[in-house]
Amino acid sequence: MADRLFELTTHELHDLLKSKQVSAVEVAQNFIERIDAVDGKVRSFVTTTPELALEQAKAIDEAIAKGEKLGALAGIPGAIKDNMNTRGILTTCSSKILYNYKPVYDATVVQKLGEAGALTVGKTNLDEFAMGSSCENSGFFPTHNPWNLDKVPGGSSGGSAAAVAADECAFSLGSDTGGSIRQPASFCGVVGLKPTYGRVSRYGLIAFASSLDQIGPITKDVTDSALVFNAIAGKDPCDTTSLDIETPDFTKALRDDVKGLKIGVPKEFYGQGTDPDVEKAVKDVINMLAGLGAEYKEISMSSVNYGLPVYYIIAPAECSSNLARFDGVRYGLRSKGSTDTIAMYEKTREEGFGAEVKQRIMIGTYALSAGYYDAYYLKAQKVRTMLRMDFEKAFEEFDVIITPTSPSVAFGIGALADDPYAMKLADVCTIPANLAGIPAISIPCGFKNGLPIGLQIIAKGLDEETLFRVAYTIEQHTQWHKKKPNL
Amino acid sequence: MNRDIYPLFPIPCSLTMIEYEPVIGMEVHVELQTESKMFCGCKVDFGGDPNTRCCPVCLGLPGSLPVVNGRAIEYMAKAAIALDCSITPQSIFHRKNYYYPDLPKNYQISQYDNPLGVDGYVEITVGGITKKIAVRRVHMEEDTGKLIHVEGNFSHVDYNRSGVPLMEIVTMNPPPPGYDQIQSADEAREYLQRLRQILLYLGVSDCKMEEGSMRCEPNISIRPKGQEKFGTKTEIKNLNSFRSVYLGVEYELKRQEKLLREGGTVVQETRRWDDSRGMTASMRTKEVEQEYRYFPEPDLVPMRFESDWIENLRSSLPELPMAKRDRFISQYGIAEVDAEVLVDSLDLANLFDNTAKHTKDPKAVANWITGEFLRLINATGTAISDTKLTSKHICGMIDIIENGTINRNIAKTVFEDMFNTGKQADQIVEEKGLKQVTDTGAIEAAVDKVIADCPNEVERFKAGEERLVGFFVGKVMKETQGKANPGVVNKLLKEKLG
Repeated sequence: MADRLFELTTHELHDLLKSKQVSAVEVAQNFIERIDAVDGKVRSFVTTTPELALEQAKAIDEAIAKGEKLGALAGIPGAIKDNMNTRGILTTCSSKILYNYKPVYDATVVQKLGEAGALTVGKTNLDEFAMGSSCENSGFFPTHNPWNLDKVPGGSSGGSAAAVAADECAFSLGSDTGGSIRQPASFCGVVGLKPTYGRVSRYGLIAFASSLDQIGPITKDVTDSALVFNAIAGKDPCDTTSLDIETPDFTKALRDDVKGLKIGVPKEFYGQGTDPDVEKAVKDVINMLAGLGAEYKEISMSSVNYGLPVYYIIAPAECSSNLARFDGVRYGLRSKGSTDTIAMYEKTREEGFGAEVKQRIMIGTYALSAGYYDAYYLKAQKVRTMLRMDFEKAFEEFDVIITPTSPSVAFGIGALADDPYAMKLADVCTIPANLAGIPAISIPCGFKNGLPIGLQIIAKGLDEETLFRVAYTIEQHTQWHKKKPNL
Repeated sequence: MNRDIYPLFPIPCSLTMIEYEPVIGMEVHVELQTESKMFCGCKVDFGGDPNTRCCPVCLGLPGSLPVVNGRAIEYMAKAAIALDCSITPQSIFHRKNYYYPDLPKNYQISQYDNPLGVDGYVEITVGGITKKIAVRRVHMEEDTGKLIHVEGNFSHVDYNRSGVPLMEIVTMNPPPPGYDQIQSADEAREYLQRLRQILLYLGVSDCKMEEGSMRCEPNISIRPKGQEKFGTKTEIKNLNSFRSVYLGVEYELKRQEKLLREGGTVVQETRRWDDSRGMTASMRTKEVEQEYRYFPEPDLVPMRFESDWIENLRSSLPELPMAKRDRFISQYGIAEVDAEVLVDSLDLANLFDNTAKHTKDPKAVANWITGEFLRLINATGTAISDTKLTSKHICGMIDIIENGTINRNIAKTVFEDMFNTGKQADQIVEEKGLKQVTDTGAIEAAVDKVIADCPNEVERFKAGEERLVGFFVGKVMKETQGKANPGVVNKLLKEKLG
């Protein structure tokens, strides 16, 4: 068994460590070898940190030897999306503008993983500054889908999802602004949770759109999702938008029980533009849940249709301001040869940012300009409120809403390069949960042409427990999460 | 027209002459004296080695987030209440986006259409006329770093000041009914001084213009009297003292009027005050409004102010300068001019208040403090808070004047000694033997000696030159080293000279 530890889930590894069948150093070594073996093909990582992982593993082994109590993540190798600060370790946002940036502090989530004893095996690739749905917008290189290396892993947390799917780590952290955890989780056949806005501290997450960004776990199964979420959730005094509420033990919600569960199935998430095979796979699961005692009903949520345009006003507006600090003055790239400050700003940003980032900065700058603010940003915020209210209304009647995570399975690398609108449609099902600030999870629910299909469960704000319960129930009655890509 | 404003431009007599009226708006920034910065725990202090009081938040490092300093909010709310503003029940921060190297995030967290306080006033008195200058808003923001220009093509940036809590106070032009706007350089300076006084009383800022903890940027325009539309305005920067505020505003008003009278037009621009040359010069023209792309700060949640909180703050405010002045006049019966001087600084006002309430003669206390005490303060360059002199000293001295132990002349010496040594008046009198001579015999001897020494003056006095009595008193005082009781001297002189 010891030679394929990397195939195990977090909770399986924990059991082995706890019963001293393996040491943390063995686990770390095993994953490091796995990364060496497959990352040349998958390219999940911008930076790998084998020395750090081994050093952390040694400390865990010492703790085990001393008979200390072993936390759920102690000695478990995890990967961190490269837009979260890691002290002294390159944190690039997959952007040339931060190609050399080593933060002086850890993000709160990184600190929490450290306190939980998790090992850090590396920093994963993303669409530059988390803007994109395929990982092709990385300023360095694209990541490949472990199920088919010619396909994209999704994005923006493509590296984090691919690393879990390729068994390069037991779990990873992603960030989700419009679907950036769930869509790649769906494309890579793993579990991705976007928590309620405010559940997880954003301190140290390099902001894309502050009012939408939320960090969450990407894992091999639902149990692992709850375990990692337990470790990273909670109020952070450094983030005033983090919620001051108690974090329950989410593993307690892992019950095979959907009796009486009320499922809403909004037609706006299906039909036109959705791959019929994807739709069928999702509806098969809904029927299965009905067979287990749940009830479902088709509904309409018309405001969902405005999700995409609203998102493409608010997210760029916030990003145009958030990314203003990358100017060559203090850190990161500074282009050479400028004779004045303005020229230095312009040249640095021209060379440092990729096309997608520039486009969003320009759209956002425009949307916030005097004379346009009311028509764009303010209007978008009003529609956002409507959308949130629509969800609140739906959740008066239903416990969860179930939709496809993405209208399609993973597309080919380069296939949508000339069709930016089609690319943005990949997020149409995931964006509404970000706009409403509510939790959603993507779990595997089938395959098409050897590529995973993802199912999304959405719940009302702070009701991650119901998400976990429904996702866990589905997992108990299906085998999709146990499939492995052939690398 | 207020002639004081235009002394250098005598206006030719003409029935068709246009009279101009100034409109002055004041934007004042005040750094708060909190322990830590507006959005992080870094220490707030003037100076320090560059970039030693910084952290990821005030350096705007990627991923850092602001956390509001509750004390700063409290300070600003106090100031807003003291300026009679209403507190906005739900106030939010906005981002003000612009690029400058001293602004580490390239946006400033500030307030826009939802400031903390609105609709207040500052009372000023110039030339005996009291006005309520309308304040439009009091809002919170963070300070920027500082650029330090070095040789060559580079500048250095010091971010120690970055994120220091900054309060912005803006006047309202035109003012609402019952309120006024600033219309002269005198009023501009007075407005600032009054504002400073209030903030010092509240203890929310040290308001040092030279160190930049209080900064003011007046905008100035003139318009034909009676015209409602504002003229084109200019903004003045680099005013680092009350004096330069006065001079800068005065200069700019004259410059604009001269320009208009000569048929020119005022250009909307920012002008820099040059203290050494005593003039303003164009810095940059602002043809279009700056585009700051304000939007609500998504990293901070809205602030809600409960009315209980506001009322608690209101009742915790100290007595403010104008109220104190009025109380001093009514409670102690002192002159308004003295009361004004006394309330100018809280330390001075407290010294007076604590002394006056323990004596029967508050007017004498006021005279001692506004006269001898301030003279010594100025002559020695001592801060009022650092003096050895307490109300106990002054009370003790007044007591021994009243009971005849010393006379007023000797008291001046005693006062200076108390000021310098911190010893009590009776101790000084004892040590130096300054006790007043009331012994008629001793004084009589001195009177006799003076009469004998000055036969000519005695003759002239007797011939009716009565003002010579002062001469005799002086002589007698000299004979007794100033210690003779003046009442006894007068009485004896009257008897002996008939």
